[in-house]
Amino acid sequence: MSASYFDVDGTLIRTNLLHPTAFYLINQGSPAKALSRIARAAFSAPILALSEWRDRRAFNESLYALYEGMTEDRLFVLADEVYEKVIEPAIYKGARDLVSSCKANGHRIVFVSGSLDFIVRRLANELGADDIIANRLEFRDRKATGKLIPPVVAGPAKAKIIRDHARSRGLSLDDCFAYSDSLSDVPMLSVVGHPAVVHPDAALERLARANQWPVLRLDGLS
Amino acid sequence: MNHPCVITLDKKSPPRTLFSGDKLVKVDLPAGTRVIYTKSPLAGLKDPDAAIRYAINHPYGCAPLYAQLKPGMKVTIAVDDISVCLPPMKRPDVRQRVLEIVLEQLRDHGVDDFHIIIATSFHRRMREWELRNMLGDKIVDAYWPKRLYNHDAEDPAGMKYVGTTDNGEPVVLNRRAVESDLLIYVNLNLVPMDGGHKSVTVGLCGYDSLKPHHNPHVMRKCHSYMDPPKSALNTVVERMGKVTDAAINVFTIETTINNRMFDKPLGFLAKKEEDYTMAEKAALDAMIYSLDRTPSNLRQEIFQRVPAPYELTGVWAGKTEHVHPHTLKRCFEQYAVPVTGQADVVVAGVPYISPYNINAYLNPLLVQVMIEGYLHNLYRGAPVLKKGGTVIAFHQCTDKFDPDQHAPYIEFVHRILAETRDAMTMHKKYEEEFSKNPSYIELYRKGHAYHPVHPFYMWYWGEAGRQHRGRVIIVGADNEYIPKLLGYETARTFADALEMAKDTHGNSPEITCMKVPPIGMVDMTPSGSSAVSTSSNAALAAHGGEA
Repeated sequence: MSASYFDVDGTLIRTNLLHPTAFYLINQGSPAKALSRIARAAFSAPILALSEWRDRRAFNESLYALYEGMTEDRLFVLADEVYEKVIEPAIYKGARDLVSSCKANGHRIVFVSGSLDFIVRRLANELGADDIIANRLEFRDRKATGKLIPPVVAGPAKAKIIRDHARSRGLSLDDCFAYSDSLSDVPMLSVVGHPAVVHPDAALERLARANQWPVLRLDGLS
Repeated sequence: MNHPCVITLDKKSPPRTLFSGDKLVKVDLPAGTRVIYTKSPLAGLKDPDAAIRYAINHPYGCAPLYAQLKPGMKVTIAVDDISVCLPPMKRPDVRQRVLEIVLEQLRDHGVDDFHIIIATSFHRRMREWELRNMLGDKIVDAYWPKRLYNHDAEDPAGMKYVGTTDNGEPVVLNRRAVESDLLIYVNLNLVPMDGGHKSVTVGLCGYDSLKPHHNPHVMRKCHSYMDPPKSALNTVVERMGKVTDAAINVFTIETTINNRMFDKPLGFLAKKEEDYTMAEKAALDAMIYSLDRTPSNLRQEIFQRVPAPYELTGVWAGKTEHVHPHTLKRCFEQYAVPVTGQADVVVAGVPYISPYNINAYLNPLLVQVMIEGYLHNLYRGAPVLKKGGTVIAFHQCTDKFDPDQHAPYIEFVHRILAETRDAMTMHKKYEEEFSKNPSYIELYRKGHAYHPVHPFYMWYWGEAGRQHRGRVIIVGADNEYIPKLLGYETARTFADALEMAKDTHGNSPEITCMKVPPIGMVDMTPSGSSAVSTSSNAALAAHGGEA
């Protein structure tokens, strides 16, 4: 038995964490609330940019701080719309084939994503993933606190999360596959026996070529 | 009396010019060495288009193409892929000529529902610019990519079960081809192992239909690939071809070309060294000097981007089993050189190109397939090398792969070969694992990589040669590791290699140098045996007459 671990944003879909967040910020209960949240996000933009460059975990934490005060109901109700309008149209053409091919070969399909669990679950249902490991917002009095429940799924932590998942399922990591588009996921790619990079940037492509990892494109026939 | 293509060197003979990958080397062979050259190119047909029209209108074993066409019918045209010919030929490629005439007939008879499929089997997908070279801009502009596309053996919806042979071999082929009222196959027959039932049954098949013949058990029983009646691979393919023919109306168009592989500036490479003019000698020295000082990537560009001036030498159409004997006869006419007596030591240069690295580097696994797969199999009757003999081959054996075309090869060479060179073990233990690798399958289906089991096939392809030969000594390798992985020894110079061979064969081994490319082959009669019977003539007689 083997598993295929997929990073989601940029790998299976062309959007990143900012797209669903922007949707939530714009779609608030009133225009005033939306404006206020967008203004706060704009104020946080330099911090987000800096943290993305320095530390993927810090970026996730800064980003999800923008959700502070949003009600659980609103987030969950809007999740269907986020999925339909933001995520589903962004699924790469080849993503379904790759996931199907892994499933056909008996792999357990696991999505490992920095996105929020209630959105990733919808994508998992669509593509047929067996497990999801995604970030979870902390709620108090049915409102988001702006914090994430540990462990934060980002960067090097993904490697440990995958190791734990494989151990709990009795899988050998040597037989497992991992797919990502991001240099920050190199630890996750490095722990499995069959890593592959998907639409890499120049730095990741150089690394992939040096390590002789396959380089895939899921955005249509080249 | 030797054939004019066979000479024996004396002390005054000049050195031979051999390929060593994308370089050329001059090799001083000892007096008494026999050198086998390829035959001169057959004359090309004066009016290729007229010959193609004649063949299509006067087919063997069935009605002419025009008589089979009806408005509203569903037609698929399958075309041989980039693995033939080597290197790709100058425009217009023979396949373009054939296709233009076929498409004209389809239009004239109101056939609108046609697709053109490149019969890649488990080879890599062809790129648009490669198709332009092969089929011409007009066809690519009109039909790519909706009605002109590459076969995809891993498309679950794109394959269809056709039937099973009496020996239990399943025939599963491209669905579009199976469901068509007429399948037209456009072949370019480079060597005698091409064409015939292999065209449809292999070119358009999937894994289930490759397994019965692409395995080490069958490959070991091929003596040789170039002699169809003695090839177990061909025997299985013919059985499967009969199942195909019973289910699909196939109209085969087979073509042969001569062996004019090098254009004018390099044309002298096909000549005997004794016949070089002063200008050619100077050109050769200049070429060797420049290639030695040119970076590897640029050398590849120089060689790979120069198309060959091949010419059409024959075209036949109709039912596969009636057509193919004519093709084989013309092939042997071009290639087969009669030779008597096998050799203790065979010397050969390994060129920069094989059927599986067009526009890519000849990686170590392909070096192996050139030595043990192709070089060994260029015979009818018996191999040039005696059983247990030594091959001395020239190549750099660089640890270099094209990561896009040969992604699965890298893991095969560095992981599987590091564990075993035994074809049976790798077949049983690792082939299935590779066949299910989703990353490699994705690269095969959407990128330009060979199928994940293709590196296994490359190893199996060398199996008969590996079972037959004794030692392989590589001269000119830039590392020790890769030759060792392949099971080869290395020597710094040819003289060193010959001394090593003498350890096995004594002080006066019988040495034969095979001067390929251009492509050639031998009809070998071992000393003390009677001459080789030419099976193609017998097959032709069975199906009636000459073209």
